[in-house]
Amino acid sequence: MSAVRDLVALLAGRQDPAALAPRAWDGVISVARAEALLGTLACRLAEAPLPPPVAALFADQRAAVAVAQAQALWEAEMARRALTSERLEFVLLKGTAYAAAGLSCSEGRQIGDLDILIPWHEVGRVENELLESGWEWVKSDPYDDAYYREHMHELPPMIHRSRDRMIDVHHTILPRTHRRTPDPLVLVSEAVATADGFTVLCPVDMVCHCAAHLLADGDLQGGLRNLWDFHCLTRDFAAADPDFWDRLAARADKHELGPEVARAARLAQALYGATLPAGWSQPRAADRLYVRRLLARDDWGRPTDFLLQQAFYIRSHWMRMPPVLLARHLWTKWRRNQ
Amino acid sequence: MRYGTRLAVGPVQFRIGSDWAAPIAALNRLYAGYPRDEDRPADATVRLFAARPWRRRLRPSVQIGGDFTVPDALPLPLSMGLLAAEMGMNLQVALGWRRHLLLHASAVAKDGRAAILSGESGSGKSTLAALLGEDGWRLMGDEFTLVDPASGDALAFPRAVSLKNAAIAEVAARVDPARLGPLLAGTPKGDIRHLIPRADAVAAMHDPVRPALLLFPRFGGEAAVEPMGEGEAFVRLTEASTNYVALGETGFAALLRLVRETPAFAVSYPDSATGMALVDRLWAEAAR
Amino acid sequence: MADRTYRAAPPDALCVEPLGDLTLIFDRRSTQTHIVVSPMPEILAAMGADGCNAAAVAARLAAAFDLGDADGAQALVAERLVELAELGLVAPV
Repeated sequence: MSAVRDLVALLAGRQDPAALAPRAWDGVISVARAEALLGTLACRLAEAPLPPPVAALFADQRAAVAVAQAQALWEAEMARRALTSERLEFVLLKGTAYAAAGLSCSEGRQIGDLDILIPWHEVGRVENELLESGWEWVKSDPYDDAYYREHMHELPPMIHRSRDRMIDVHHTILPRTHRRTPDPLVLVSEAVATADGFTVLCPVDMVCHCAAHLLADGDLQGGLRNLWDFHCLTRDFAAADPDFWDRLAARADKHELGPEVARAARLAQALYGATLPAGWSQPRAADRLYVRRLLARDDWGRPTDFLLQQAFYIRSHWMRMPPVLLARHLWTKWRRNQ
Repeated sequence: MRYGTRLAVGPVQFRIGSDWAAPIAALNRLYAGYPRDEDRPADATVRLFAARPWRRRLRPSVQIGGDFTVPDALPLPLSMGLLAAEMGMNLQVALGWRRHLLLHASAVAKDGRAAILSGESGSGKSTLAALLGEDGWRLMGDEFTLVDPASGDALAFPRAVSLKNAAIAEVAARVDPARLGPLLAGTPKGDIRHLIPRADAVAAMHDPVRPALLLFPRFGGEAAVEPMGEGEAFVRLTEASTNYVALGETGFAALLRLVRETPAFAVSYPDSATGMALVDRLWAEAAR
Repeated sequence: MADRTYRAAPPDALCVEPLGDLTLIFDRRSTQTHIVVSPMPEILAAMGADGCNAAAVAARLAAAFDLGDADGAQALVAERLVELAELGLVAPV
């Protein structure tokens, strides 16, 4: 079996780690690193019988993730200090939200930038407060800046001048030009508080965002990690709420994300062995392409299947922009690179 | 990948893959005397590859990759494949290693105690360590020194020493030519030639050593020794560490203990002989 | 400018280690190491668990140290409090 399939099977619990040949770990570790899943795997296999060098490496990873998560949550805390003095509320998104809410997908999870969601009408005030509290714009290119402001779902990225960490301020969860237009008012108004007083999306919205991020907002790079998030979130929420899948379907329709959520569920079933309720698992022909794209890595951690990756890359732009706008965008980018 | 090898330097097991045979053959020659465990899973993977398929044969140039890569890293000509391998290995350790506090420092040991030499490239820390390693000291490493947070001990990372420019002739005059790698002339870092550490240094590479001296060498200028305060040593070593921030409180406690328990000195020296004499003098004083 | 009230980080969040002329403050919440000099550690110690403004901190410090005139001391403490807030070691209440 290939390393990427071993990795998926280990996460899903289908592969007995003790039965893996010692040298097979090389590929599993390299692929897990490339997919930002090494910490997740290290936590998943914390109690498993492993070759001693692998056990030691995984212990290192668990310790490193604990530090990295503390740093990520600290960024959220510093954003809170900057914004709440002006009574500006924000919702944590993605990795920081999962960690703040103590959700199982955050175990061992790498967290990149701080992603927050704010109401559209507060964008100007939030921007000002962040600039006053030590955040700065990353790029000053006027085209990019205007592009972000007109068409994207977030402000241009900002970085904190002393802590050197990025914040992405979203006012909705998909680009404004995207074919799907989720309802940001619902997202903010139904957000829920965590034990530490942060705010995160409510379960159905969190899963819709996760599916949008996985399938509608990019070319599926890092997709295995995002799909793992989706799998853990739906599994845990459904265990706590018997009506969860029905409520999820209704909410996904409201956000125009029905097809994305359904596909994410089928992919989670195919790769991580998710249990789906009746009616959720009729496979579609294109699912096979998605699985192939998600598994496109060789045993050295290198991306493979170049043409398929290109196809998904083009699709991601196609989804995000109407054709005329896309053409103009690519033309400007191309001309500037000449 | 088409060609590959596995080797262990200190606590790190590497898997190195390459599109070409030559860099792997050169590595296997340099590391022939190192202990090998073919079944041990790798901690770090290095890939040497052609940026475009035709670059395998046509003006072949080696791109450095692996678990960690540097964006926009320039490829090297295949004749410098050994340097590419070494840079790839360093990169994985610098960016990926989390078990120990990693100091960008050379180290030598005697009687179960270590002198750690920290400095920028050009400070002469590599050359001094290499020369001391031929002069009654055990070479622990010319590039990285690892500090075990649990014990406070220093651990060796005795990769093949990367001799640069004038240091090549200086060291070559003292060692068996069989211990030298090929001359890599005109690399982006100047001329480079690798030195295989002495067999006893390789055999002892897993033996932990208690730090006894922290030195901050500076090549050039009058011979001078200046005691360094704990605060300055701490700040300098945070800057010399690639994983201090990532280790969190573990790194903080390890570094605090190191600077509190180990006397530190800034050392300037005009030439290697003087530098070695200063190290020996400080060592004799520290041993008392 | 109004004299803002801050609260210091709880003592178990910090590891404070004097090192020569410097003081290292390791913050377990952020995992950052802050390298500070006097009077930063003294200000944190004087604040204890209470919400304090610069006037209150200056008054507490004056009891233990000679700080010169009261207005000057308060202005100096106010500046340091802003810096401590930027480091996250004190938070506005």
